[in-house]
Amino acid sequence: MSPRRRGTRAAAQEAGGAGPAPEAAPRPPQAPSHAGRPEPEPPAARIDALGRKCPLPIIMLAGQIGSVPVGGLIQVLADDPAARTDVPAWCGLKAHQLVAVTELAPRPGWAFLVRRCY
Amino acid sequence: MGVVYFDAASAEPMVPEAARALLAGLEDGWADPVRLHREGRRARLLLDQARERVAAVLSCRADEVTFTASGTEAVHLGVLGVVEARRSAARGAGHVVVSAVEHSSVLNAGAHAERGGTAVTVAGVGADGRVDMAAFAAALRRERTVLACLQSVNQEVGTVQPVEEIAAECEAAGVPLLVDAAASAGRMALPGGWSLLAASGHKWGGPPGVGVLAIRRRVRWRSPLPADEWPAQSAPGFPNLPAIMGAAAALEAFDAGRDAADAALRRLTSQIRERLPKIVPDVVVHGDPVLRAPHIVAFSCLYLDGEALVTELDKAGFSVSSGSACASETGQPSHVLAAMGAVTHGNVRVSLPRGTAQESVTAFLAALPGIVGRLREAMGQPAAGGRR
Repeated sequence: MSPRRRGTRAAAQEAGGAGPAPEAAPRPPQAPSHAGRPEPEPPAARIDALGRKCPLPIIMLAGQIGSVPVGGLIQVLADDPAARTDVPAWCGLKAHQLVAVTELAPRPGWAFLVRRCY
Repeated sequence: MGVVYFDAASAEPMVPEAARALLAGLEDGWADPVRLHREGRRARLLLDQARERVAAVLSCRADEVTFTASGTEAVHLGVLGVVEARRSAARGAGHVVVSAVEHSSVLNAGAHAERGGTAVTVAGVGADGRVDMAAFAAALRRERTVLACLQSVNQEVGTVQPVEEIAAECEAAGVPLLVDAAASAGRMALPGGWSLLAASGHKWGGPPGVGVLAIRRRVRWRSPLPADEWPAQSAPGFPNLPAIMGAAAALEAFDAGRDAADAALRRLTSQIRERLPKIVPDVVVHGDPVLRAPHIVAFSCLYLDGEALVTELDKAGFSVSSGSACASETGQPSHVLAAMGAVTHGNVRVSLPRGTAQESVTAFLAALPGIVGRLREAMGQPAAGGRR
C-alpha cells in the first residue's frame, strides 16, 4: 500500500489539515499570507521555476537569493507540488523570511515572496 | 559487505517462528473453519489459537480480534464500521477526527466516509510530527463526533503520539478511539485506552497478507461490507489460516524480544541521528529525538532529488525508502512531511530490522556523504552550509 495516494493529501487539505507550524504547512488556497498587512514592495528579482520538479526550485532559490540586497525581496514562481511545502520549509531552515504565498490561479502553482534576511 | 536492508517500517523480514507456523498451517490449516467435520474443526481450533495469541499481546479478549487481509483493510473496516453503526436518519452521518499524519489508509477511509456525508476534521501536528492535542481535543467536542483516529507511532518519522492523553479526552467526550498501531505493534508497549486497534502482520515479521482489527466489545460497529457471515472473527471470505498462524507466532516472538531489540536498535538509530548533521552538510533530521520508535530515522538532504538518492543508495547496497514527491507513485510529496512543514525533497527513511549489525550502520554512514556529495555536484547545487 502506498502511503501517498492522491486522495490522502486532498482530504487532508480540504479538511484544513494544515499543521500549526507558521508559514510551513499547506494552507487553504486563495489566502495570501500577507492579507491585512501593507502590500510588500515589488521584488528585486524573480525566479521562474514553473515546470521544474523538486528540488530544482529550491536549488534556484538558494543559488539566487544572494543576488538581491539584504532586506530585499525575491519572487519564486513554482508549480511542483513539493514546492508548496519546501519553499516555506527552506526559508525556515535558512532563516530567510517568507513574506507571502499566492496562488497563480487559474493555472496551478504559487508565487512565493521571500525576503533575504542576511 | 552485502546488501543491507533498511526498510523494516515497510516490511520486517520474516522471523523464523513465522515461517515454521506458516508451514504447519499449510499442513493442518487448509480446511474451511466453519465446517463441522474433523478437518474443519481442526482449522477452527488453529484459528482460535491464533486469535488468543494475538489477543494476549494486544491485552484484549480473543473474541475482540478479527483477522483481515492487510493493515489497510483493518483500518478501512474499523473506520467505516463505526461510521456505519452510528449513522442515523435523524442525526446524520456524524463527525470523525483524525490527525494529519495518519497512514493513508486512515485518511482515505475518512475521505470515503466524507463522500457518504460524514464530516471529517483533520487535526494538525507540530514540527516534530506530534499531534496538536488541544486542537484534536477541541475537535472531539464539535458536532456529533462518532470516531477519533490516532496512530501510536508515525510510520514515516517515528514520532510517538500522545495516545493515552487523547484516549482520556475521548473517554471524557464519549467518543471511541481507533488506534492505528501498525508502526509500533510488537516493537513498543501498546498504549491503553483504545476502542479499536489496527495493525499489520508483515510489520512485525509475519508473512504478508494479514491484518488485525481488534474491536472492544462495548464499541458500536457494523460491517460496512455486504453482511456476509463473519464466522470466526475473520473478515468476509475464506481466511488465509496459514498466514494468520504465521502472523500470530511472529507477533508473540517479536513482542517477547521487544525490550532487547528496542535497546539495540535505539542505540543504532541514535548514532545515525547524531552523526548525520556532522557528516552531511545541509541535512535535516525529522521527528522527535526522544519520544520516537526505536527503528526509524527520517532525514532530508537539501538540494537533492529523493528518488536519485534512493537509487544511488540501492546501487551501493542499501535499501531505504523516501517520502519525496519524485520517489512516489503519485508525484505528491509525503503528506506527513508536508503537515510537519518539513523539507520533502531529498528525503530518506531508514528503518532498521531486528538484528541490524553495527557494521551495517557504520557502512551506511561511511557511504552516505560521498553519495550525497556526488549527487549534489551533478545537480549543480549551491554552496553547502549557510545559516541554520
